[in-house]
Amino acid sequence: MMKRSNEPVFWSLFGAGGVVAAFLLPMLIFITGIALPLGILPPEALAYDRIHSFASGWPGKLFLLAVISLPLWQSAHRIFLSLHDLGIHRGREFCRWLCYGTALLGTLIPLILLIRI
Amino acid sequence: MSKRRPYVRPMDGWWLKNPYYVRYMSREATSLFVGVYALILLAGMVSLACGETAYNNWLMAMTNPVSIGFHLAALAAAIYHTITWFAVAPKVMPALFLAGKRVPDIAITTTQYAIAVVLYLGLFCMVWRV
Repeated sequence: MMKRSNEPVFWSLFGAGGVVAAFLLPMLIFITGIALPLGILPPEALAYDRIHSFASGWPGKLFLLAVISLPLWQSAHRIFLSLHDLGIHRGREFCRWLCYGTALLGTLIPLILLIRI
Repeated sequence: MSKRRPYVRPMDGWWLKNPYYVRYMSREATSLFVGVYALILLAGMVSLACGETAYNNWLMAMTNPVSIGFHLAALAAAIYHTITWFAVAPKVMPALFLAGKRVPDIAITTTQYAIAVVLYLGLFCMVWRV
């Protein structure tokens, strides 16, 4: 019998990450990295109390977990496969663990923190 | 040890020789910005859990010119990712039929843009409404 491939799992996470990145990240990057620091948005927009209460509710927890975790899986998958495209083959297993391990940590850490908030 | 020296075709910079491959590699490179931005958000999440001082330090770090420069580049990369993602989606998803006729690729791509605009505006308004 053929060994089952784990590719569908990683591809699904990659696909979900790509969807989140396409539908949310451009505006999210603009808000947190450009508009707020440059004062286009008022400082209260992402104030501690506001974001903390957002992270206390279930819709907020799901949103934050999705925008942190899923793009990391998308990114990990692409970076790992691009190593082959660039002709980098040394330490392939190490790179695999580094890429997908970062994504896994980027899923577990917010998951635990959000449950506790 | 073998004296045989087989010819191995060099592959260095293969993707620079054809604009199609350059676009492919640019698309893959957007994932670097996506990944780093997600890690920045993760740092924000950790600081939020640590308390108000830590969170305010994270907000302060975001005003650093290096950070703003990175986010401008990341925004461009994210937009490029979005364009390529919406263009590819109709090709990788199962064929969609409406009233017995196949929905053309362009209709699927356009619909995605329409949904994205609604989500972008919704997100901005949600944050704006203090």
